[in-house]
Amino acid sequence: MKLDDLRRLNTARHQRQTVLRITDLHGGHDSIVVEGEACDPLLAVPVLTAFRSGKSGSSEIAGRTYFIDVQVPPPQIVIIGAAHLGQVLAQMAQLAGFAIRVIDPRTAFATPQRFPNIELCSDWPDEVFSTRPLDACTALVALAHDQKIDDFPVAEALRAGCFYVGALGGRKSHSLRLQRLAANGFSAADLGRIRGPIGLDIGAIGPAEIAIAILAEIVQSLRRRSTAATQ
Amino acid sequence: MADASFPHDPLTTAEVWRVTGRQVAIATVIETWGSAPCPPGSHLVIDRDANFEGSVSGGCVESEVISEAAEVIDSGTAKTLEFGVSDERAWSVGLSCGGRIRIYIESLV
Repeated sequence: MKLDDLRRLNTARHQRQTVLRITDLHGGHDSIVVEGEACDPLLAVPVLTAFRSGKSGSSEIAGRTYFIDVQVPPPQIVIIGAAHLGQVLAQMAQLAGFAIRVIDPRTAFATPQRFPNIELCSDWPDEVFSTRPLDACTALVALAHDQKIDDFPVAEALRAGCFYVGALGGRKSHSLRLQRLAANGFSAADLGRIRGPIGLDIGAIGPAEIAIAILAEIVQSLRRRSTAATQ
Repeated sequence: MADASFPHDPLTTAEVWRVTGRQVAIATVIETWGSAPCPPGSHLVIDRDANFEGSVSGGCVESEVISEAAEVIDSGTAKTLEFGVSDERAWSVGLSCGGRIRIYIESLV
């Protein structure tokens, strides 16, 4: 592999573009194709299949074997709330391969020193989403424990079809949240998609264990959804 | 490009290593059968001093791939390795999970 090809591949991956690399396993040419770009017409069908399925694999074409290595952007987790739990969850989720963004308008919490190597924003969620909206490949985790900060992103996550929507809070504050959202026109089915109390019930105590419970619940939503979609 | 938001990412590591002058090989899982922990497209990157990042199995065949990588770096010629339970060499390095994998090793130039 040539360094220039690897650079192109990594640049596309870091910009959250879907990109693939075609390797001729008989020692021939090697090429990088970013989704939407033209490729060798001979390879058009397996390339399209790889982009659609997101799965890497080999193809036999005209007596040669090609390996198509497709790199799909990792699912993203948007964390609302930069307190202790948000710090721990951001680190664990990054290790688990998710792209992470943390949003908290409380500038005392949202400092780069508390979130090294994590994308952090200290604007209000509605301002952030106006330029970078939520989408179906995103999990939204509301941890600010303050309805002024958490309610809007939870509602927006339901509207955007986020694959996971979770909100921190005890049963009482969760039920009050559901009442506020219902008053804003959300149906019972919409509200049923919000995970609250947040996280799998593993008896977690303290920020790190709660982060594990949340991360496990996010992975479950992501993988079970993928299975359902392919069946 | 060094990007800390992709921790333990083998392809990012390979680029950083090469740019800083290290000789690098990239191993890629290209096919699996049966029980195999790393799907096609999984990467292990190795430098000439046998430092490595990533995985192509659950640790079963990494040592074999790392020693083959040195040869690929020196010769500049890519090679394909296959490991499975029927393979004596694979058995000796521990792929006892019942799966088979094919791995392509190439140098980064």
